[in-house]
Amino acid sequence: MIRVVLPAHLRTLAHVAGEVQLEVEGPATQRSVLDALEARYPMLGGTIRDHVTGQRRPFVRFFACEQDLSHEPPDAPLPGPVATGAEPFLVVGAVAGG
Amino acid sequence: MSSVRVLVGTKKGAFVLSSDGKRKQWDISGPHFGGWEIYHVKGSPADPSRLYASQTSGWFGQLIQRSNDGGQTWEPAGNQFVYDGAPGTHQWYDGTPHPWEFKRVWHLEPSLTDPDTVYAGVEDAGLFRSTDGAKTWQELPGLRRHESGPGWHPGAGGMCLHTIVQDPGNPGRMYIAISAAGAFRTDDAGQTWRPINRGLRSQYIPDPTAEVGHCVHRIASHPLRPSVLFMQKHWDVMRTDDAGDSWQEVSGNLPTDFGFVIDVHAHEPETIYVVPIRSDSEHFPPDGKLRVYRSRTGGNEWAALTKGLPQSDCYVNVLRDAMAVDSLDSCGIYFGTTGGQVYASADAGDNWAPIVRDLPAVLSVEVQTLQ
Repeated sequence: MIRVVLPAHLRTLAHVAGEVQLEVEGPATQRSVLDALEARYPMLGGTIRDHVTGQRRPFVRFFACEQDLSHEPPDAPLPGPVATGAEPFLVVGAVAGG
Repeated sequence: MSSVRVLVGTKKGAFVLSSDGKRKQWDISGPHFGGWEIYHVKGSPADPSRLYASQTSGWFGQLIQRSNDGGQTWEPAGNQFVYDGAPGTHQWYDGTPHPWEFKRVWHLEPSLTDPDTVYAGVEDAGLFRSTDGAKTWQELPGLRRHESGPGWHPGAGGMCLHTIVQDPGNPGRMYIAISAAGAFRTDDAGQTWRPINRGLRSQYIPDPTAEVGHCVHRIASHPLRPSVLFMQKHWDVMRTDDAGDSWQEVSGNLPTDFGFVIDVHAHEPETIYVVPIRSDSEHFPPDGKLRVYRSRTGGNEWAALTKGLPQSDCYVNVLRDAMAVDSLDSCGIYFGTTGGQVYASADAGDNWAPIVRDLPAVLSVEVQTLQ
C-alpha cells in the first residue's frame, strides 16, 4: 500500500480528504504511483504531469523521506519506506506568488 | 417570469449572479473552484442548464468543468487538448520559430443548437471542438495549418484564440480572432480558414496593412445580421458589413479607441458598446472615469454612459471577455473589472449599478436570459 498526500486544490478536485492510499502493481516508482492515482481519480489526469509527455508539471514537486525526488527518473524505485507505506509520497504545489 | 444568470470568471474562482427580470436584487453564488483562474464560463443556448467553465492554474494546468443544473453542481470534464499531428512552429517574441505548446483555454463557445457540442479557443492559438459534452476534444487543425501560421506571433498576453462567433443563419460559417494574428473566417465548418483583416491598420507591425499580425481584441455581432461584425482592435474600433471581407474604422469621437470589450444591443443591431481604455501601458480608463460608450449609429458617433459608474479615481481595466448583454425587453448590459466589480444596467446603459464590488479580478462575464 502506497500513501500519497495531495495538495489542497487536488484533494478538492478529487473529492478526497487526507491521504490517498493506493495499491500499486509491481515496483513502486513515480510512474506506477501516478498511474494508479490517475486510474482511481481520472480528474487528476493532466494536473500533476502532462497528458502526452508524462513530464511533471513545472510547479509541482515530489517529496518523500525528507528528500526532493522531483528530478529522479520516473521509473526509479521510490524509497523503501514509501514502498512499504511507512512514509507518504508527497505531491507538492511549489510556493509561487499570485 | 423571466430571469437572468450572470456567469463571472475571475482570477480566483467563478461566481454565478442571479436575479429576476427586474435585475435589482441579486443572489450571489460562489466562489466555485476557489483559488483557480476561471478564464470563461458560458451556457449552452440550446440547454441553459448546461454550463461549461475553463478552470486553469499555473500549478495544475487546464481543467474543464461542466454543470447540468445551471451552475449549482459541477463535474470535471475532459482536459486533453492535443494538437492534431505535428504541432509545427509559430514566431516567438524574438522572431525565432517556437513550437506550438498548449497552455490554457481562453474561451468556450457552446454550439447554438447542440448542448453537447462546444468549441474551445486555446493558447497557443488553436480551435478545438467537443461533440460529447466536453469529455473529449479534437482540434480543427485547418486553422493552425493556415499558410500564415508559422508567421503568427503572440501578443503580450500570449498567443491566444480568444473570440469565437458562430453565424446563426449559416452553420458552416464561424469567425475567430487571435492575438496577435488577427481575425479569420471559415465557411466550411472549420475545415479551411481565410484571414479577414483587410482594412485593418496597425502601426505597431512592420506592414500596417498586412494580411495577418493584427492584435484583435474582440469581435461581436448581432444574431439577426451575422455578416455585420464589430471589432475592438488593440487600437481602433472597426466594423464590417460583408462578413469581414473589408473593414472600416468607426472610432469616431471616442476619447481613446483602445479597449478590449465590444458588444451589441440585443434588439438594436446598430447599437454597440465599448469601454475606452488608455494605452499602451496604462490600461485604465481615461481621466480616472469609468465610462461605457454607446453608439446608436453602428459607430462613429459615440456618447458616454456614466450614471452609476465611478467618475473619479477609477483605474480598473475591463478585459476582452468581460462584457455581455441579456435579451430581456429592456436590454441589460453587464461588464466586470479587474477591480472585482460587476456592473449591470437594466436599461441599455442609461443607468448602472454594481451587482458586486469586491470579487477577485474579473476575467469574463456572460449572461443567460432564462424564461
